[in-house]
Amino acid sequence: MQGTTVLSSASSAQESPAARVLRRFWSNPIAVGSFVLILFFALTAGITVLLSLTGHDWPYNPNLTNLELKLLPPSSQHWMGTDNLGRDVFSRMLHGASISLTVGLVAVAVSLGIGMVIGAIAGYFGGITDQILMRAVDALLCFPTFFLILTVVALLGPSLLNIVVVIGLVSWTGTARLVRSEFLTLRESEYVKSARVLGQGAFHIITRHILPNAAAPILVTAVLGIPDAILQEAGLSFLGFGVQPPQATWGNIIADGKTYLLDAWWLNLFPGLAIFIASLSFYLAGDALREAAESKS
Amino acid sequence: MISFVIRRLVLSVVLLFIISIISFFIVTLTPGSPYPWGELNPKISPEVKANFRKKFHLDRPLHEQYGLIMRDLFSGNLRSIKDDRPVMSRILERLPATVALNLTSIVISLSFGTLLGVFAARYAGTWKDGAGSFIAFLFIALPGFWITYVVVVALVKGFGVPILGTHSYGIEFPNALASGLDTLWHLLLPATILALGGIASQSRYIRASMIESLREDYIRTARSKGLYEDVILLKHALRNSVRPIIAGIGMVLPALIGGAVVIETIFAYPGMGRLGYEAVLERDYPTLVALNFVVAALVLLGNLVSDLLSAAVDPRVRLE
Repeated sequence: MQGTTVLSSASSAQESPAARVLRRFWSNPIAVGSFVLILFFALTAGITVLLSLTGHDWPYNPNLTNLELKLLPPSSQHWMGTDNLGRDVFSRMLHGASISLTVGLVAVAVSLGIGMVIGAIAGYFGGITDQILMRAVDALLCFPTFFLILTVVALLGPSLLNIVVVIGLVSWTGTARLVRSEFLTLRESEYVKSARVLGQGAFHIITRHILPNAAAPILVTAVLGIPDAILQEAGLSFLGFGVQPPQATWGNIIADGKTYLLDAWWLNLFPGLAIFIASLSFYLAGDALREAAESKS
Repeated sequence: MISFVIRRLVLSVVLLFIISIISFFIVTLTPGSPYPWGELNPKISPEVKANFRKKFHLDRPLHEQYGLIMRDLFSGNLRSIKDDRPVMSRILERLPATVALNLTSIVISLSFGTLLGVFAARYAGTWKDGAGSFIAFLFIALPGFWITYVVVVALVKGFGVPILGTHSYGIEFPNALASGLDTLWHLLLPATILALGGIASQSRYIRASMIESLREDYIRTARSKGLYEDVILLKHALRNSVRPIIAGIGMVLPALIGGAVVIETIFAYPGMGRLGYEAVLERDYPTLVALNFVVAALVLLGNLVSDLLSAAVDPRVRLE
């Protein structure tokens, strides 16, 4: 056991930690598969947004209603059928992709920002600061996240901005705990002590010496936070408090289609599968990243 | 043990205080009209608005509002905007159904999650382990409301499993047992769907803990004695993974009650989640304050019980 560790670390002496994590990540077929799927969703969303910004609607305008075409099953004209207002479901799905990805990324950015600041302060300074911040985290963790989000979004009024900010504001606790525990370990390390002896300030030590060394686990929670936010937005949309119509989201296509559940299965199946596959890809990619970062070889 | 219990109790009281502040402020500090009928509704006279403000202490400074609302909450004087009934009794009448749903769901997620976790740990590093992890993430990634519809269409059309309420409608049961079985039958589907996420997270905890246990010296001893692998797994390794199982209950509790908003709404299940959704629709602000507070307090209680249980089964915990 001891021998192999020494050997492998010797053989990869030239390799930087980031390069090692990447190499491990790419050698995992599940990681590659989920990354390709994420890339596919991102490209789809990006191209759709670009096309609609330049005035092109492909295949159709997602908000164009035509009651003569309502509730048509999937066909060569309408790949995923049409909804109760005769809108093309495939076009709405393409636009929904950009909403879901935006929600996931922005909400995670917000929660990562808050969680890192709180966790870093608590972990670096310790003592009474740590006690106060962590008791607040404990209390917040008692609230059921989804119900808290629903309450605040409903009172604020649902809009894309409100939703991402509220999801971010509510879901930073996990990140804060993780960053704190990383800091508790790293602040005792030799290089942090040396930096302190050299008279460097707390801000410099936190941002230049500790954070880079805690980057891998933070990145993993970020990736795993994206599907959480996507699923939460879908749940909000389903209850009528998501991004508002006529803007299409995967969640509200299902919500609008629930009245026609037994007649129009395509209003349920395609958006549900999209939410499911997108979330699953992020979870699997995050897990693979975690494995790659934890592994020593 | 006694000093541990006292420390945990004091901490819980502190947390309960913070929880009461958070649940008060998320509702009061959120911008927007406090009136359920909207700020500019011309049909509402200024007197009605003034009365409303007085009734919910909105005319007082913020810290006094907090004190008065908490006083009303605990004395049972906090009344719902919707039907003017005490908020606490509205919540308490929903409590048994929610507890039944969550307990069933916890039992399902603990048993299947533990099975899946032990399986993955047993075959750690092989394709079977990978498949176990894949199934776990599959369960987390399934949007609850969507899989509900898929399952409902399949089950209702195929097998006649009940999907609404807690009881069969319009049927008199000869005795309590038959009625209880009917309730359980109605719990089956919502509890299973709620449990999917719990099964996944539980299996991940168990897997990690089992893999750690399997590296211990006493496992090597057991192996060298020539014990069967299954005996080693179930008797030696799993027993030392009891703590993550108990801690797991605390972890899934808030998610269960929160996830229950969607599931209870779909299944027309008369629990606290659906009460919350109705309160959100009606902007019933006293109910929202009380509900957030009560749910968080329940989770706190659950965590306390789970901590005390951990300390009872594992003396090392008491020193932390």
